[in-house]
Amino acid sequence: MNLHEYQAKELLRAAGVPIPPGEVATTPEQAEAIAARYGSAVMVKAQVHAGGRGKAGGVKFCPTPAVAREKAQAILGMTIKELTVEKVLVTVAADIGSEAYVGIIVDRASKKPVFMVSAAGGIDIEEVAASTPEKILYLPVDTRYGLLPFQAMRMGFFLYKDVKLARQAAKIMQQLYAAFMSAGCSLAEINPLVMTPQGDLIAVDGKMVIDDNELDRRPEIAALRDESSEAPSEVDARNSSLTFIKLDGNVGCVVNGAGLAMATMDLVKYYGGEPANFLDIGGSSNPEKVVNALRIITADPNVKCILFNIFGGITRTDDVANGIVTATKANPLKVPIVIRLTGTNEEIAVKILQENGFSASNDMDAAVQRAVALATGGAA
Amino acid sequence: MSIFIDKGTKLVVQGITGRDGSFHAKQMVEYGTQVVAGVTPGKGGQHFEGTVPIFDTVHDAVQATGANTSVIYVPPMFAADAIMEAAAAGVQLIVCITEGVPVLDMTRVYPFVKESGARLIGPNCPGLITPGASKVGIIPGRICAPGPVGVVSRSGTLTYEVVNALTKAGIGQSTCVGIGGDPINGTNFIDCLAAFEKDPATTAVAMMGEIGGTDEQEAADFVKRHMTKPVVGFIAGQTAPPGRRMGHAGAIISGSAGTAAEKIEAFKAAGMGVAQRPVDFVELIRARLG
Repeated sequence: MNLHEYQAKELLRAAGVPIPPGEVATTPEQAEAIAARYGSAVMVKAQVHAGGRGKAGGVKFCPTPAVAREKAQAILGMTIKELTVEKVLVTVAADIGSEAYVGIIVDRASKKPVFMVSAAGGIDIEEVAASTPEKILYLPVDTRYGLLPFQAMRMGFFLYKDVKLARQAAKIMQQLYAAFMSAGCSLAEINPLVMTPQGDLIAVDGKMVIDDNELDRRPEIAALRDESSEAPSEVDARNSSLTFIKLDGNVGCVVNGAGLAMATMDLVKYYGGEPANFLDIGGSSNPEKVVNALRIITADPNVKCILFNIFGGITRTDDVANGIVTATKANPLKVPIVIRLTGTNEEIAVKILQENGFSASNDMDAAVQRAVALATGGAA
Repeated sequence: MSIFIDKGTKLVVQGITGRDGSFHAKQMVEYGTQVVAGVTPGKGGQHFEGTVPIFDTVHDAVQATGANTSVIYVPPMFAADAIMEAAAAGVQLIVCITEGVPVLDMTRVYPFVKESGARLIGPNCPGLITPGASKVGIIPGRICAPGPVGVVSRSGTLTYEVVNALTKAGIGQSTCVGIGGDPINGTNFIDCLAAFEKDPATTAVAMMGEIGGTDEQEAADFVKRHMTKPVVGFIAGQTAPPGRRMGHAGAIISGSAGTAAEKIEAFKAAGMGVAQRPVDFVELIRARLG
């Protein structure tokens, strides 16, 4: 789960990280009022789950409250990477001496959270990593011991020669690490970490991504989810315990298991079609999940054909068949459906489907080819 | 022969009285796995299905029964502790089926298990099966048959798809291992490939990877340098959009690291066979069995 910048900054501030004052506005008038209250130049920053906000014109410097109002007017409602901006963060503009990058990401290779720090901050760290990798220090942390003081100091000295600044930076590393662990992050970054001309370090932008698996035990973090910033179909799916990602094609896919779901999408493409979604109904099936899956898929007007691909292990194929029958009785389908199922209770499932006027196959390739043909024919 | 489990596997089931644990414990007993103990705190002294003794702790179960392998079906927030409990009790092979284990928990579990000398498979995996000898986890026994092909995969149902196709074509398996789709797991492709290379019963390997990370590229490099047995690979997620998590937490493409195209290139460079579709494994493996 992605947090907005203002949310990440609140968590970082609570951990002690020095951050310029800021507040969220949803109207130009609010933005003006906040800027007037601060009595200094502000930045107005679009709050959307997308990188490259600055390049898209979603981050503006505003010397006066009137300009803040004008810029907020322009930014609110604009679209960045298909996401509409509903909120802006109005924050005191910092005097910038130099900019550094500090981030933590869970690294698959070392199986640890790894700090990445670089004096070349303010820009895309992936560009730094690609062009000048020697400018980045990587430091893995053993979570059983936490970030050790000497490790934090090493990073501090990597960024700043002056011992006072290095100590300030080391403290911020500890605070960032504490926030990362307590929020259950898979990524947390401060970019840029700014040194002001007065020699103070402040975090001017912050980003956090939460491991979805942490949310059950961190209700206060789960409550930060901003459903208005996500596709409604994905919100609906999550509330039905389904994993769903909307894509641009026209073959709606319902599959059990993430790997098979991806392989099914690939096969749709292999036979010349385009998948409309990724949808995993998960391991243990119940008819209700199938009903929800069909509701979500049929809500997409692009879908010209629905493809079920079920390999019954834990999932009982008769549960899936019952779900299809229940769902289509309540809401008759307007597009053709192709059902492939095999495995646990396959014979019962096929009988249920046949009694209700559906046919089913147990061959994945044949089913995908048929679904692609129906989707293409329907679109023509 | 086989890898990791065989007729000598003596299994303790952690979470044996839970919904999933009890269902799959029965299935494993029916398959012929030696299920020697179960663990559910507070139910020590009872018996599962009237036969399998239940203990309060893994320590007690190992002391009383000599269990050498554990399978875990506890809820995600308790899985990390369950894995470490098994490792501390001296269990040699720990298979964690549980899905949804927080990755930061795994950053503590992984070094703990490593230092104990045990092997962890998973979490978020279907477990493993040595057809005709032993099954630990949830892979359906009836789709497998004994034979010469080692199978290793990051996925569950995709593995079933391929194994089923092989069995139907008359090609059996030595051992099938699902290593799980999480970013941090106990056993990787290379661990399994190395074990298959050493296993006299295995003559070819089928490997199913996914987008995300670089495990498959490293596995391809291992195949090139260290394997004499033929390996056929497949990558799921060729059509996945960048930056989105596809169900498996590991299946995410960030930047250029971990795309399907990169992985398939690595397979080809290592001289591996590349299955375009799951069903292609049948002919590619058959051609390599000689």
